[in-house]
Amino acid sequence: MSVRVVCVAVIAAVLMGARVRAQDPLELRWGGDAEGGAPFVEADPRDPARLVGFDVEIAELIARGLGRVPRFVQVGFTSLDASAARGDFDIGLSGIEDSAARRARLAVTVPYYQFRELLTVREPDRGRFRSLADLRGRRVATLGATLAYDLLVAARTQHDVVPVVYEDDVHPYSDLAVGRVDAVLLDQVLAERGVRRNAGLVNQDSAVDVGYYVGVLAPSQARLRDRVNGSLREAMRDGRLEAIFRRWDMWNGDQPRLYARVLAGDGVELTPLTASSLSTWEATRRYVPSLLQAAVITLVLSCAAMALAVMVGAAIASGRVYGPAPLRAVLTAWVELIRGTPLLLQLFVLYFGFASVVQLPAFLAALAALGLNYAAYESEIYRGALEAVPAGQLDAARTLGFSRIQTLTLVRAPQAFRLALAPMTNDFVALLKDSSLVSVITVVELTKQTSIFAANIGSWVVPGALCAALYLALSLPLARYARRVEKRWRRG
Amino acid sequence: MQLQVQDVTIRRGERVVVRGLTFSAARGDVVALVGASGAGKSSVLRAIGGLDPVAAGEIRVGGVPVTSARPPGRAVADSRPLVGLVFQFHHLFANRTALENVWLAPVHVLRQPRGDAERRARALLDALGVGDRAAALPHELSGGEAQRVAIARALAVEPPVLLMDEPTASLDAARRGDLAATVVRLAGEGRTIVVATHDADFAGACAARTVPLQGGRHIE
Repeated sequence: MSVRVVCVAVIAAVLMGARVRAQDPLELRWGGDAEGGAPFVEADPRDPARLVGFDVEIAELIARGLGRVPRFVQVGFTSLDASAARGDFDIGLSGIEDSAARRARLAVTVPYYQFRELLTVREPDRGRFRSLADLRGRRVATLGATLAYDLLVAARTQHDVVPVVYEDDVHPYSDLAVGRVDAVLLDQVLAERGVRRNAGLVNQDSAVDVGYYVGVLAPSQARLRDRVNGSLREAMRDGRLEAIFRRWDMWNGDQPRLYARVLAGDGVELTPLTASSLSTWEATRRYVPSLLQAAVITLVLSCAAMALAVMVGAAIASGRVYGPAPLRAVLTAWVELIRGTPLLLQLFVLYFGFASVVQLPAFLAALAALGLNYAAYESEIYRGALEAVPAGQLDAARTLGFSRIQTLTLVRAPQAFRLALAPMTNDFVALLKDSSLVSVITVVELTKQTSIFAANIGSWVVPGALCAALYLALSLPLARYARRVEKRWRRG
Repeated sequence: MQLQVQDVTIRRGERVVVRGLTFSAARGDVVALVGASGAGKSSVLRAIGGLDPVAAGEIRVGGVPVTSARPPGRAVADSRPLVGLVFQFHHLFANRTALENVWLAPVHVLRQPRGDAERRARALLDALGVGDRAAALPHELSGGEAQRVAIARALAVEPPVLLMDEPTASLDAARRGDLAATVVRLAGEGRTIVVATHDADFAGACAARTVPLQGGRHIE
C-alpha cells in the first residue's frame, strides 16, 4: 500500500470518527473557556485533567436532565457565540452574559444567575471614586466584549471616562493595584476574586448595573433550548442550583428573586445599551470612526516599531559582522532567544512580568516588544546583506586607506541596504499584521477594535470586511512605494 | 630603494604559495612579475598591498615595513596609502559612479575639499581617456573602461608604489599597447610600478625588469 493510500485512509478514519462523535446522541457537548478560571470553568489544581467550576456543575445538571453525558469543548471566550452558531457544541456555558445581540442571533436559555457590575478601586480612593461619574478623565479597566465594556463605552461619552480593554480578567486588577488604571468595572464574581487576590483593593457597594448569565445554543436548537430551560427551572425549584452556587460561595439574595421571576414566566429586562440593540448598519456607522482611529494606532505603532527594529537590527548586524568573538556570541544568543520565543510571550513578560520593576505604558511596551522582536529578524537580513557585498570591494577600500567604519558607511552598508530592501518590505507588512498581538496588553489597535465591534453586533461579516480593507489600505501603498525605490536603485 | 621584498614566504592555510622571494624596485622602475596562473603573482601583490600577512621575510615601502594598507601609529594627516592596487577584476564600488569611485578616498581618507578632489578626479579620468564615462555606474562600464577607472582611483591618493594585477586580462591588443604606454608614462612621473601578468609581450613592452615566478619561487 502506498504512503498516499495510507494517508487517505487515516484522514478518512479521523473524519468519520469526528462525525460519529459529533452525532453521538448520548453526549451533551458544552463549550466553555477553561482559561476563564474559577469559579466558572478551570482545570482542577489537584488534577489538571479534571474540570471544576459552577458552569461545569451546571453543565452536568443540564446533561443529567436530558439523559446525556456532558463532554467539554474548549473554545476561547470571545469565540463562544460564533462557535455556538456554527454548532461546534450543543450549549455554551462560561459566564456568558445575556444581551440583546445574543438574543437576536442565538437561542438563549433562561438566566441562571444574576450578577452586579461592580466598580473596584484602590483603598485610598474608596471615598473619591464612587461611581463612573467620579472617574472623569480616568482610566477604567474591563474585559472586552462584556456588558461592563458597553457600560464604559457609554460612560466615555457621558462622563469622559477612558476605557482600557483587557483580554483576561486577572490583569485589570493587578494593574489597578500597581496604579496603571484607576478603577476596574467587571461583574461581582470577578470583582470579588480580584479583591481577594490583590491587597489594597476594595469593591464599591452600589452596583453600576445588573446582568445575567445564560447558556447559548445555535438558533436552530430552540427545541433543545426549551428542554434545557425545563431542566434549569426544575433545578431552581428543587434547590439544586442553589446548592451549586452555595458550594462556590456565590449565593446571595439576588438569586431567589431572579428564580421567582423566571419560574413565574416573567422575562428579564435588559439595560438598553449602545450597539447591542442597534441595526448592523447603524452600528457600523457608529463604529467606523473608532475603527479609523484604531487603524491610525496600528500604523503609528508599526512605523515606530519598524524604525526601532531597523536601528537595533543594524547595530546587531554590525556587531555580528565586525565585533570581537565574545560580542558576536552574545548577539547571536540574543537573536536566537528572540527568534525562538513567541512574540506574545515577550509582550506579556515586558508589560506584566516587569510591572513590579518598571511600569512601561502599554503603547511603549508594545513598541519595545514589537521593535526588539523584529530587530532580531532584521539583523539577520542585514548580516546576510553585508556579507553579500563582494569582498573585493572591501579589499579595494582597505588599500585606499579607508577605516572600517568608513568602508561600512560609504561602501558596504549602502549596497547591503539595497539588497535588504525587499525582505524589509516583507517584514514591515508582517509587522503591520503582527501588531494585532499587542491588544493583549490593552492597546486597542485595528484587529482588537474590530473584534469588539463584531462581538457587539454578533457578526464578523461587516467588521471583518472593513478591517481587511483597512489593513490592505495600509500595506498596499507601502509595497508599491518599496518597489519604486528598489527600481530606482537598480537603475542607479 | 622605494620597494624592497626580502626573502618573503606567503602561506594560504597550510600551503606555501610563495617561497623565499626577493626583489626590489627604485622610483620610476617598472617591474613585471611574470608566470602562469597559480605561480603566486597575485599573492605577492596582496602582501605588498598589506591585504595578506607574510609568513616570513619582510616587505618595505619607502623604508617602512608594510603591515597593512595604512601603517599603524601614523597620524591621519599623514595617512596617504603607500601602495595603490589595481585589481584584476577592478572591484569598483558598485554603489558609486566612476567619478565618485575616484574622489571618495581623497575626500574621506586624505580630507581634501570635495571640490578640489572632484576636479582632480575628472583630470585623472580625462588623462586615462574615460572622462566621458564619469557619471556611469560600474556595471555600465566595459572591462577596459572599468580598469582605467580603477587605475584612476588608485592614483587619486598618490601612492608612491602602484601595483597592477593582470591589467591586460580584459583588454584587446590595441588597448594593451595603450596601457603599456600609460604604465611607462606613470613610471616616468616618479612612481614605482609592479605589474603581475602572464602576458610576456606586455611585460616586455612596459617593464625594464621581469621577475619570473614558478610554483611560488623566483626562477632565473
